[in-house]
Amino acid sequence: MKLKDLAKLAGLSLLQDRGDLEAVVGGGYASDLLSDVMAHAGERSVWITCQTHENIVAVARLKNLAAIIIVNGRKPDDAVLRRAREEGIPILGASEPAFAVSGKLFGLLNAPKDR
Amino acid sequence: MIRADLHVHTCLSPCAEIVLSPLRIADEARRRDLDVVGICDHNSAENAGAVAAAAGRVGIRALPGMEITSLEEVHVLALFDDLEAALSLQERVYAALPGENDPDVFGLQVVASPDDEVLGFNPRLLSGAAALSLAEVVDTVHALGGLAVAAHADRESFGIVGQLGFIPESLDLDALEISPNMTVEEGRRAFGLRRPLIASSDAHAPEEIGRTSTVFWLEEGSAAEIGMALKGRGERRILSWGAP
Repeated sequence: MKLKDLAKLAGLSLLQDRGDLEAVVGGGYASDLLSDVMAHAGERSVWITCQTHENIVAVARLKNLAAIIIVNGRKPDDAVLRRAREEGIPILGASEPAFAVSGKLFGLLNAPKDR
Repeated sequence: MIRADLHVHTCLSPCAEIVLSPLRIADEARRRDLDVVGICDHNSAENAGAVAAAAGRVGIRALPGMEITSLEEVHVLALFDDLEAALSLQERVYAALPGENDPDVFGLQVVASPDDEVLGFNPRLLSGAAALSLAEVVDTVHALGGLAVAAHADRESFGIVGQLGFIPESLDLDALEISPNMTVEEGRRAFGLRRPLIASSDAHAPEEIGRTSTVFWLEEGSAAEIGMALKGRGERRILSWGAP
């Protein structure tokens, strides 16, 4: 599924839209420990987190992630959004907590194709 | 030569043993040949003055400080010479710290006098995270004239690298603290030479005080002098660190 379709179906807002919204999402990873994301997140995954520190952009780029999804209505500050814009990393926002967002995305990404 | 353990908790920290009273800390520090201890309770400095008074009586300097939990859940040590500065920081942190402590879950938060009398119990959720970013914490500490140190930088839980993957280049930390889990060689290999390294105990129990420490060359055991040593100024310097 394409990132923009996933965002629409899951009701995510676009906090920073510069980047490849047409990219096919390869999976998802939920973690707030950036060291853990660096070790375990898969390429082209969407990353679900409540961390808003600027380092999230570097980690997303390093791991070639499709997007960062910030949960619980948290908002990264302008410097983080600017950095993400420069790096072309889309940032999506969710008002719900990580558990609910993960559940939704898991359902969307793993839905049987023949239905 | 000044031997310092700059990260010691008191009975105010919910996760620390209740026997970590001002008199006991002073006594253990003396037995361990420490010249300086840093009093760094979680998100509070309410026992710092009492420990400073108790330690002063046995010739040990206790620097008022705090271990702040930032918004990113990174632990940062703040160390001061001036108790008022530590209490100003405390005011900022309290204003950003949500929640109430549940002693049955997290532990008691005992406020003590220099003579080990129980003055009361802190009702705040000191084990929580303040809604202050890491950069805000470091800037606030510096604006108040203190030192900002990334606590147990080698530890995954609440350490800066565990939480943030790597140390942000722009962050103006005065030093990185290495926990007793790492040797000097491992610390140098892991963190290189870009930022000064210190070692401290993160004592949550009396017998842990001084289990590792940093030896400085200073005129006196003040936070200002330690700051000079961390910057290598005026012939002040770090002589060694690690377990004695």
